[in-house]
Formats: sequence, C-alpha cells, structure tokens
Amino acid sequence: MNTEAVKSIYIFEMNRARRTIFQSIISPVISTALYFIVFGSAIGSRITQVDGVSYGSFIVPGLIMLSVLTQSIANASFGIYFPKFTGTIYEILSAPVSSFEIVLGYVGAAATKSLILGLVILATAYLFVPLQIAHPLWMISFLVLTCITFSLFGFIIGVWADGFEKLQIIPLLVITPLVFLGGTFYSISMLPPLWQSISMFNPVVYLVSGFRWSFFEMADVNVGLSLFMIALFLTTCLVIIWRIFKTGYKIKD
Amino acid sequence: MQRNQTNQSVIRIEGLNKTYEPDFEALRKINLTIRRGEIFALLGPNGAGKTTLISIICGITSPTSGRVLINGKNIVRDYRATRSVVGLVPQELTTDAFETVWHTVSFTRGLFGKKPNPRHIEKILRQLTLWAKKDERIMNLSGGMKRRVLIAKALSHEPDILFLDEPTAGVDVELRKDMWDLVRGLQKNGVTIILTTHYIEEAEEMADRIGIINRGELILVEDKKTLMRKLGTKRLYLELQQPLEKIPARLKPYDLKLANDGNCIVYTYDTRAKKTGITALLQDLSESKIKFRDLNTSKSSLEDIFVDLLKENT
Ligand SMILES: Nc1ncnc2c1ncn2[C@@H]1O[C@H](COP(=O)(O)OP(=O)(O)O)[C@@H](O)[C@H]1O
Ligand SMILES: [Mg+2]
Repeated sequence: MNTEAVKSIYIFEMNRARRTIFQSIISPVISTALYFIVFGSAIGSRITQVDGVSYGSFIVPGLIMLSVLTQSIANASFGIYFPKFTGTIYEILSAPVSSFEIVLGYVGAAATKSLILGLVILATAYLFVPLQIAHPLWMISFLVLTCITFSLFGFIIGVWADGFEKLQIIPLLVITPLVFLGGTFYSISMLPPLWQSISMFNPVVYLVSGFRWSFFEMADVNVGLSLFMIALFLTTCLVIIWRIFKTGYKIKD
Repeated sequence: MQRNQTNQSVIRIEGLNKTYEPDFEALRKINLTIRRGEIFALLGPNGAGKTTLISIICGITSPTSGRVLINGKNIVRDYRATRSVVGLVPQELTTDAFETVWHTVSFTRGLFGKKPNPRHIEKILRQLTLWAKKDERIMNLSGGMKRRVLIAKALSHEPDILFLDEPTAGVDVELRKDMWDLVRGLQKNGVTIILTTHYIEEAEEMADRIGIINRGELILVEDKKTLMRKLGTKRLYLELQQPLEKIPARLKPYDLKLANDGNCIVYTYDTRAKKTGITALLQDLSESKIKFRDLNTSKSSLEDIFVDLLKENT
C-alpha cells in the first residue's frame, strides 16, 4: 500500500478546502442559519410540534443531511474532476498508486470535510434550538456513513462528467429535489397516503429518518431498514467505482 | 559508468500498437530498447506518436497490444515497481494553478511513494532557480518558470528514468541551457533520459542515440554519430543556362542528378567532410562549358530524411 500517496492526495484536498473555506464551510452554515430563520421561525410558529418535538429541533437532522449530502457530492466530484479538467490527472495516472488508494485519498478527504461541516452545522443549530441526541454513537455512525457514501457518489459523478455542466446537473436535478422531498422539513406521516408510498422510493427518506431517529427516537421507517438502505447505496457506489477503474472509463484513453 | 552496464537495457518495448477510437493507428509495431544511462532522443514531426508512446510507457494511456518492460518488469502487472522509478515532464504546461511551488513538488514526491524530504526538494528547487519562488502560487509564474516547476516535480521522487516530452518547446535560451546542464548532470548520476523533439539540432546536441518516428512507426534507431553523418548532407542546386539531356561522362564521379527537365543540376555533399568537392565540381563544370545562372544550397531537412527513409523502407 502506497500510504505516502494516500496521505499526499488527502492533504492536497484538505488544503484546497482551507483555501476555499468560505465555499465549503461558511456558506453552508449561513444557508443553514437562513433555513432556521425561515422554516424554524416562520413555519415553526404555525407547526409548533411534530410528534412531541418542537419544529425547530425537528428539522435539524434533515438540515444537516441536506448540507452533508450536497457538499459530499460537490467536494468529491470537483476533487477528481478538476485534475481531469486541467490535465494534472496525468500525474495521478503515472504514479505508482492503485485505484483503491486514489479513491481512499479523494473520497476520504471529501468525507472528512462533510463530516466537519455536519458537526459545524450541528453546533450552529445548538445556538438556535434546544437539542438532545438520544443515541450519539448512532448519530455519528449515520453521519459518517452518509459522508462516505455520498462522497463516493460524488467521485463517480466527477469521473463521469466531461464538463462543468454535467458536474452540477445531478446535484441540482436529482439530489436537491430528493432531499427536499425526503422528509427534511416534515414527517412523511404528514403526507397523504399516496405520497407516503411514493416517498418510499426516495433513498433520502431512509437517511433522514434514520438520522432523525438517532436524535429523537422518532422515525418514518424502521431504523434497521434505514441502515440497510445506506449500506445498499454504499455497496452500489463501490461496485460502480470498481467497474470504472476496471474499464478505465473516461479516465484513460 | 562501465561499458557493460551502459549497454544493459532499462526499457524494452515489444510489438507495441496503439489504436485510438474508432480506428486511428497512432503507433504501429514499435520495438525499441533503451539502454541504461543513455540519453535517447525520439525525433519526429508533430503527430508522429511521440507523446502517445511516452504516455503508454508512463501508464497514462493503455496500449492496444504489445508490452513494455522497465527493469525487466511489466508496466501493467508490476506497475508499482515500474512507475516509481520513472519521472515525466509532460509536453503541456499542466499545473495546479492555485498551489504553491513547494506544495505541488512535495505532493508529487508523496504520490510516488517517497517519504517527505525537504532537503531534496530544496536542492532541486535551487538547481532550477525556483527557490525564490517556492511559496509563490503557480498561476503567478511565467511559462518558463512553470516548465521548471514541472521538471522539479518529475525529479522530486529521484527517478532512475526521466522522460522529457518536447522540453524546449516555447522555452527561452536560458532555461534551455539550464535544462541541458541538468540533464547532463543527471546522466552522470546514472539517470536514463528519454526526450522527444522535432528539432534535429536538439537531438544532435543532447542525445547518445536517436530514434526517428513518423506516422506511428519507428523508422530507424541509430547512434547519433552514424545518423548525423546521414543527416549532415546538403544539396547544391545549379540552375543552368541551357538544359542538359544527360550528365557528361567526366562529371560522373560527382553523382549528380538532373532536375527540372534538365534545367537544374543537384549535387549532394557532406558538410562534415574535409573536402566537399564543390570547388572541383565548379571547375569541371566550367571546363565542360556548362554555364549556370544561379545557385543555391539547402540543408536536408528532417522532412527530406523522412522521405528518403520511407522510400528505403518500402
Ligand atoms: N486521445 C486521442 N484520441 C485520438 N487521437 C489522438 C489522441 N491523442 C493523440 N491522437 C492522435 O495521435 C497522433 C499522435 O499524437 P501524439 O502522440 O501527440 O504525437 P506527437 O507527440 O508526436 O506530436 C496524432 O495524429 C494525434 O492527433
Ligand atoms: Mg507530443
């Protein structure tokens, strides 16, 4: 194992984040604060409680997931797309590193950044609403798993994309709607039965639900099912990445 | 370095083909052995396949068929061992614009599996007169400086084999000189160097051996001295006042050729020979009462050589 290479890629990516700290940490924190003000105060004054939890607190897990999902994808996809775009990828391709090490470096760094972001948002939320975490270990596990899974997913998008447009289209057209419709701001049980059934096809529902359970012990779906779905998605991403490197798809001529 | 060691092969390319999608043959049946410690120049016009060949050896591009061995190890199966001894300075100035010189060079060292060694990085940066710029972001550097950064990156992990892809394209005189000094220094330390160029002069100045590549085919590989003898010919064109039917018998020894419907005599000579034979030829011409209106000479260009070589090969 070329640990020096993994370290190099990891540090390189973390440095990039430090340079773009505004983009990667401050701006998500600001938009989360805005969500609190708009949804928590405006809507929260109407919907005071969901299943015994104040609305402001209820949306915290969903808001964290929203930022973590989008930032994991953005970070990881950009991290691998940018060298392709500038041509510096030649160096990675000519280095004595395995695909596994490349993924470890890029995805590891992207996941770390999202994890930090998630924790920063959690800390921000503490300033606005009362919060209690029923299962801190589960909470961290869900968060870490989500960071890794969606960083892997971002990595795939970054490899697949051959232009900045493609880089943004999936987060914009797929992820954002799924997150908004995934029970971030409401409980699935508040929906009419038909929409409840449709929501079951939205993978984000399982993430948010499981994550919310670790805070408040309330969930739209069984926690075990949530975990299973994350594991399933994680495995799918790993298989796709393995295929990509096997075929050299869009990385090598 | 000892003779037998010099002749030992460090890279072996066997039956290498590369076809780009859908059906462009960029390389055809390349067989080539690079000797340890030599400076090998791959000479060929634009689009000949030089970069493609280097990219395959370095693992950036996959070959369609054939194989490459570095130190006897297959570059696909044993990629860790083979790649860690290779450094590459690419043709294009591709750099991480936002990184500092120091970081980007250290990054490469790590990528190639070497533990950090600030002393070594400092040494390289000083050699390439980049030391004063070490904390500068790369995007603030001039083109020449960026090229130096790429060289520093390629040397950061102390490679045994260094590829320089068109190292002097768009490079100022000073950097050219620095670069050749560096290359000679590296060779003294036992590093094998493979460079590509489309300038004969450059190959002549630097290389021990030269390979000529054209349209994906390696036409010839030769010691520089042997090749330069072939390349060192010039042509003298004599435009005649009266066209000639054939060359008079007394001019036979000059091996003249008639061109332009007999209006022009072409004499090919070796610029490096002690006697080029021009004086004698002119004298013989005047004694044969052959008058000419104009004369000019041309050095045989790489193009001519290619044409000649291709003719020989078909
Ligand atoms: N990725 C690619 N896809 C298709 N054709 C390519 C690609 N890269 C290079 N070529 C073609 O292969 C030929 C050889 O290119 P290259 O190896 O860059 O030549 P050189 O370095 O000798 O100038 C050229 O005709 C070029 O257009
Ligand atoms: Mg080239």
